[in-house]
Amino acid sequence: MQEVPLAGYLTLALIMFTLGAVGVVIKRNPIVIFMCIELMLNSVNLTLVAFSQYLGDMAGQIMVLLVMTVAAAEAAVGLAIVLALFRNKQTVYVDEVNVLKW
Amino acid sequence: MILFIVLAVIAIVSGVAVIAAKSPVRSALALVVNFLALAVIYFSMNLHLIGISQVLVYTGLIMMLFLFCILLLNLGAPQMLTEKSSLKRWVAYLVAGSLIVVLFSQTIGPLLIANGPTAPFGATTPSAPEDFGTAKAIGNTLFNHWVYGFEIASVLLLVGIVGSILLAKRRA
Repeated sequence: MQEVPLAGYLTLALIMFTLGAVGVVIKRNPIVIFMCIELMLNSVNLTLVAFSQYLGDMAGQIMVLLVMTVAAAEAAVGLAIVLALFRNKQTVYVDEVNVLKW
Repeated sequence: MILFIVLAVIAIVSGVAVIAAKSPVRSALALVVNFLALAVIYFSMNLHLIGISQVLVYTGLIMMLFLFCILLLNLGAPQMLTEKSSLKRWVAYLVAGSLIVVLFSQTIGPLLIANGPTAPFGATTPSAPEDFGTAKAIGNTLFNHWVYGFEIASVLLLVGIVGSILLAKRRA
């Protein structure tokens, strides 16, 4: 069985990161925007794991665990912000919320 | 290699489905497929602890949070979610295309030229220990060299819990 080259993992991570970036820009629903941020974090995880395997260094996998921690905390706080926003403004769409604009 | 290509195609298609779906529930379900494909990729790299953490944290915890939030918000009919401005969308596609070109030409392209497209992956590293990626090895590294990072991450989780409770609490 042929081994997967490093460039394969990096290409997959690049495509997933770009998909996440496009989603963050074009979506109006903040929940979907958070999902796209998770997509970008996952592609970074894949990059860290691929380089960890490639270099034989365990530090990349530790960083993946820390990134997962940060992603969990970020999702919890972000969704709580969305809930508070919906309670105050009765909408969550990011182009209708402009309380921080002026 | 074939397994990786199949999983990569699944991951990319479900990633496109995340940003193409009209309903946020469908986006969430496509994201579950994406996370599971990544978890199987981690398992195929013999990184069992990372794969288990991926399934537990992402598809278990984070997707449960997303679906619970969608349930609580009751966002109405899906036709409200259609995107309005098409100019912004084209600018986004342009930025995405240039991002792919720049990153590929600066990182992966030189790697391919330097190593050849089928450079052996990980097998050429003599420093890799035998138990690479097992829970024991990760635990040894984590608690010997990264213990401050571990403590900071735990404090961050605690702050996240307290902060989300404070934000989501209904004030009288």
